[in-house]
Amino acid sequence: MADTTNLSRAGAVPAHGDSPLVRRTLIAVALGFLGLFLILPLVLIFSQALAEGVRVYFDAIREPDSLAAIRLTLVTAAIVVPVNTVFGVAAAWAIAKFEFKGKSFLITIIDMPFAISPVVVGLIFVLMFGATGWLGPHLAEYGIHLLFTPAAIVIVTLFGTMPFVARELIPLMQAQGTQEEQSALTLGASGWQTFYHITLPNVKWGLLYGVILCNARAMGEFGSVYVVSGRIRGETNTMPLHVEVLYNDYMITAAFAVASLLALLALVTLAAKSIVEWKIARDMRLASAAAGEAPAPDGESAP
Amino acid sequence: MSIEVRSIRKTFGKYTALDNVSLTVEDGCLTALLGPSGSGKTTLLRVIAGLEQADAGSGPILFHQEDVAKTSVGERRVGFVFQHYALFRHMTVFDNVAFGLKVRPRKVRPSREEIREKVHAMLSLVQLEYLSGRYPAQLSGGQRQRVALARALVIEPRVLLLDEPFGALDAKVRRDLRRWLRRLHDEIHLTSIFVTHDQEEALEVADRVVIMDKGRIVQEGSPDEVYDNPKNPFVYEFLGNVNLFHSRVEKGMAHFHGLRVESPQHETAKGEGGRAYVRPQDFEISREPLGESSFQATVQHIYRLGATVRLELAREGEYLTIEVELTNDEFRARGISKGDKVYLRPRRVRVFTDQEMDDSYTSSQL
Repeated sequence: MADTTNLSRAGAVPAHGDSPLVRRTLIAVALGFLGLFLILPLVLIFSQALAEGVRVYFDAIREPDSLAAIRLTLVTAAIVVPVNTVFGVAAAWAIAKFEFKGKSFLITIIDMPFAISPVVVGLIFVLMFGATGWLGPHLAEYGIHLLFTPAAIVIVTLFGTMPFVARELIPLMQAQGTQEEQSALTLGASGWQTFYHITLPNVKWGLLYGVILCNARAMGEFGSVYVVSGRIRGETNTMPLHVEVLYNDYMITAAFAVASLLALLALVTLAAKSIVEWKIARDMRLASAAAGEAPAPDGESAP
Repeated sequence: MSIEVRSIRKTFGKYTALDNVSLTVEDGCLTALLGPSGSGKTTLLRVIAGLEQADAGSGPILFHQEDVAKTSVGERRVGFVFQHYALFRHMTVFDNVAFGLKVRPRKVRPSREEIREKVHAMLSLVQLEYLSGRYPAQLSGGQRQRVALARALVIEPRVLLLDEPFGALDAKVRRDLRRWLRRLHDEIHLTSIFVTHDQEEALEVADRVVIMDKGRIVQEGSPDEVYDNPKNPFVYEFLGNVNLFHSRVEKGMAHFHGLRVESPQHETAKGEGGRAYVRPQDFEISREPLGESSFQATVQHIYRLGATVRLELAREGEYLTIEVELTNDEFRARGISKGDKVYLRPRRVRVFTDQEMDDSYTSSQL
């Protein structure tokens, strides 16, 4: 009865008690803020990029230095994302499934790249590998120069994006415990089979989520790359750096054209992220349903 | 396949989970490891399975006289059923059961067709064939437990180990399922050990009961043996409700509440303190005096528990309540109601002197 009463009253006074005016004002403020700070800049980027027409837009992208920047960004991501995925899975696996000394230290240190400003990361790299750095002169004896090369860009990006996959997986794996793995072992599965058939499928959406974030950051990394790249056009400029170079050269349209590619990446990332989030939420629902009520009707009583 | 472990020790840091435990399980026997939480029973099961390594210096773990202590979990070929099932949540019931066969090395892996047959045979054994396409999340607790059992059995294990197999189920389901497990065991005769903290479950299902406390085996024997002849107060108290009377033991007799009860094993006692235990169902109750060996008490509460009735009584001027259990028929025949003064006569008394109480907590094995 209580339900029907609530229903009939629902039209007049909403359940949460706020008047429609308050509710609408709050929504308007939230949407207005979003529009001003997120949507508007995005629209601006694309309108600026296309201001002088589609032809100019594509010419700006097809320009050799731009292509080189795009290529370098893609190559960097292609190296960094797989390496950090492997590292993240290994670290999360070790932390979540085993007990060992120094575990909490490892958890703390994984977060370090997030705590340090990217510019500082770049400076550390210069201190280590620069011409007067700690390791730089020694490497130079063997003819290895890292500073101002694509290798330097890859290394600082590796450092900066290291936590994404591990941080995503650690809580997930810890929540899932080790019973399923132990179960697989008693059934005769090898360690690798257990990982591949049991652990990995259970964390696949969390893993994908981490990879997406890692990729977005790897392509968008600016501060540390700015310090170590030397910004040699066509050689050590990544897309974010190239945008800055073009902008400083008053090539506004070209700058916005390249920026629009990065913005596009952000949009794709967001879309992928929300799909994966939806999948994770669905898995969680299934898991909690597994723990809670039992939908299947039948004779519990085995005859 | 018999199982034998000798002088197993297992410590976690400063905590001793298993303190020099030796155990033999006969071929084809269904054995219960019974004990309160923290008694080491699950640790012992996991050591036998190979999921836990015994401390250095421990004795061997023998499966049919062959030492498996150094082999890995997979090589031991044990069927292990986890307390919370540990089903693979992303696999269907069929794939869960088939897993143990699919992961075998190519040379010894059955063909796809054979796997299908074996899995279906196993699912029909646990009466779940009609659910083979479901995911674990879509099953009830009892069904999940049976899938876990099928998954463990399909690899044709040498022994079956079950960790609190019915712990997470509600009362009715666990009763049905444990009887079903007993019948299943009678069919397949696989040497099995199950861990439980429920004495009723252990006494009902197992061929042999091993009672553990504080990392040690306190007593083992058939259910009747351990129930009728508990070796020490711990076992006595653990295996069911008891009434405890502080008493004086002298020359083969225990004295409490003005009663004199024979206790033949204490022939040489010289007026020591002790405890006399009487189970609630071991009282005779009457409105008339029952001779010299009875005492008077007042009925304070009456609880009806279906087939039985439990009375709480107290003696004049004492706070200690005495629990008595009788059948419904007996209760009605006596015509007892609350506030009545009645006479109680213990039919069976077990006496432990204070000396024996201390011993039971210090000696390693009784």
